[in-house]
Amino acid sequence: MSLRSPIGRALGLGSAKAGTAHWWAQRVSAIALIPLALWFIFSLLLLPNLEYATARAWLQVPTTGFLAIFLVGVIAYHSYLGTVVIVEDYVHGEGYKLLGLLLLRFLHVLAAGAAIFAILRVAFGN
Amino acid sequence: MPVRARPISPHLQVYRWQIGNTLSILHRFTGVGLSIGFLALAYWFVAVAGNSADFAFAAHLFGSPLGVIAMLAWSFAFFYHLLNGVRHLYWDAGYGFGRTERHASGWLAVGGALLLTLGAWTLLWHFGRL
Repeated sequence: MSLRSPIGRALGLGSAKAGTAHWWAQRVSAIALIPLALWFIFSLLLLPNLEYATARAWLQVPTTGFLAIFLVGVIAYHSYLGTVVIVEDYVHGEGYKLLGLLLLRFLHVLAAGAAIFAILRVAFGN
Repeated sequence: MPVRARPISPHLQVYRWQIGNTLSILHRFTGVGLSIGFLALAYWFVAVAGNSADFAFAAHLFGSPLGVIAMLAWSFAFFYHLLNGVRHLYWDAGYGFGRTERHASGWLAVGGALLLTLGAWTLLWHFGRL
């Protein structure tokens, strides 16, 4: 039995005052993705073909590379925020949850890093 | 302290299956699909940065029957997640909570996504990319 009073136990256990940060980041990245994703899809659809040389020439245009890096970064962030909530919602064991969250973070940073490095390589000519 | 199963409430089976929860589940489902699509997108960028054989291999993968099915699924997932995402942003702004509005915007998201998917693939076919 604890000798602490009920109020003593409850104090300091409240909200971390950061509850809205995740929610807000999800919306901000969602709004940013509307023009970025539409630009990417229509930009690819409007190319004469999707051959190697065409894709490289397209990605070598500074605006394309710049926007593509933003696209990859924002997708990774938005996807990370979304999948984290799913793991938190459905994975109940503390160990598995921690493992899932770690894997998600590594996977997103790795994929975004590889894509951004690739875009830079094309932009600056390998 | 002994760990015992906590009571789970509310039970899912007491709810009637309807458009609201179906579309909510579909939003998450398409979101997960698009997260996997993000890996494919990253791989495509890496292939563009590689040599022509690397790119040809990626093009072969994306052009294979399984690749085309995945691209079809990703295109629908993208358009649905986009439209339903805008629907969510509209709610976040404090509008559209009425029963008729909710249902109408839901059907609009599904119908719009189907139309946009069809439109995008018609465009691809029209320009001879398929």
